[in-house]
Amino acid sequence: MDRNSNLYTILFAAVVVTVSAVLLAVAVMVLKPAQERNKRQEKMTDIMYTIGLDKEALTTKAAAEGLKLNYKTIESYFKKYFVKQYALKSDGTVDKSVNAFDINMKAEIKKPENEQRFPIFIANVDGKTYYVIPLYGKGLWDDIWGYIALEEDANTVKGVKFGHKGETPGLGAEITKKWFEKQFVGEKIYDKDGTFKGITLLKGNKDPENKDKEDHEIDAISGATLTSNGVTNMIQERLKHYLPFFNKVRQQKN
Amino acid sequence: MAKKHKWVDLIKDPLNENNPITVQVLGICSALAITVKLMPAIVMALSVMVVVAFSNLIVSLIRNFIPNRIRIIVQLLVVATLVILVDQILKAYAYDVSKQLSVFVGLIITNCIVMGRLEAFALANKPLDSFLDGIGNGAGYGLILIIVAFFRELLGSGTLFDKQVIPQSFYDMGYVNNAMMLLPAMALITVGIVIWVQRSLYPQLTEKE
Repeated sequence: MDRNSNLYTILFAAVVVTVSAVLLAVAVMVLKPAQERNKRQEKMTDIMYTIGLDKEALTTKAAAEGLKLNYKTIESYFKKYFVKQYALKSDGTVDKSVNAFDINMKAEIKKPENEQRFPIFIANVDGKTYYVIPLYGKGLWDDIWGYIALEEDANTVKGVKFGHKGETPGLGAEITKKWFEKQFVGEKIYDKDGTFKGITLLKGNKDPENKDKEDHEIDAISGATLTSNGVTNMIQERLKHYLPFFNKVRQQKN
Repeated sequence: MAKKHKWVDLIKDPLNENNPITVQVLGICSALAITVKLMPAIVMALSVMVVVAFSNLIVSLIRNFIPNRIRIIVQLLVVATLVILVDQILKAYAYDVSKQLSVFVGLIITNCIVMGRLEAFALANKPLDSFLDGIGNGAGYGLILIIVAFFRELLGSGTLFDKQVIPQSFYDMGYVNNAMMLLPAMALITVGIVIWVQRSLYPQLTEKE
């Protein structure tokens, strides 16, 4: 056949494209389980990080039991400490038909409020209760997300973990750094009268050292105002859906 | 490529005399972006090596059947398929590193070294020669990446493979990590220094005036 004819060109292209498509389809199918496992492992690690069980802590724990830190041990610790996982409705009641861990936040926040389910992970570590809530919102360039852990008063922040898709390195991307996450620890999301305040990232606030843990403010990142605002809004927007649930928790406490 | 190369030369040449980064100055973008730490740099180097070698091999195998008019598109398809494969495999078996490399694995498609080798070598040479040429060029690219990443991680973070190598006593005496090394600008300067050192060792590489 003439190698320069249109027919040959089209046939050749069709064959090459088909071969490539089949190859990729097979590869994606074969590799999917391993990739899903990685994502689940990352999610469990991130959630445990917020309540102080970071990688080092888990590695020491595993080593003490003569185990290595891998998917299996991570999953067993997660199951051990996170005694309850709820998918909450907007009124604070539990929807038992939904598995909280499998909720994809990116897809979930696009639904109308009454159709959304709000996942909450409740941990019990050495007799102390923690509430971990997934966050998802918009940064400057793209999506940002994270987890925030509250202590048993459903008010004091135990720890946070942030992630981002494409914030500026050195500026907005600093939200994933330890020094930034540390600032949140001990902050309160309610004021003294019990009104929900959230946590605001503020530039030039009166308390740059963040010694005042009652002001609901932490120092924003200079040069990353929009990412900082994104974090503020994300915390505000996400936590507000949990208020009915928190109120119940707080009433039981008092 | 009129002269018939020996196989050893095919691999040795791109490491030094014909290095894709320092002599041909190709693939600089990714070299600046992912050389902050050694581990991602090594994984990136291996990924590029695999992609160049196998796309060279495949294109060389079908070089006599490719219609000339859609030559570039077919090459792109081969490269893209391989890159997606590598990306998926990294996501499955080297998740942490693949997160650090983020878009740069996907961007191997646009790495000039890959297309350059396909056009300049694989289309005109036998499969085995092309494969070795790919390995050589991937290694040449990787070598520079690793050298640059070594200095950037050492001077920028005081670590190698995320292990602290600069002792605490240095910091106690007032030594400070050079945060500049973590920025792409210093990567460019580091590449420049590598080129400088290489050219003063091998004066024949310098262009004649």
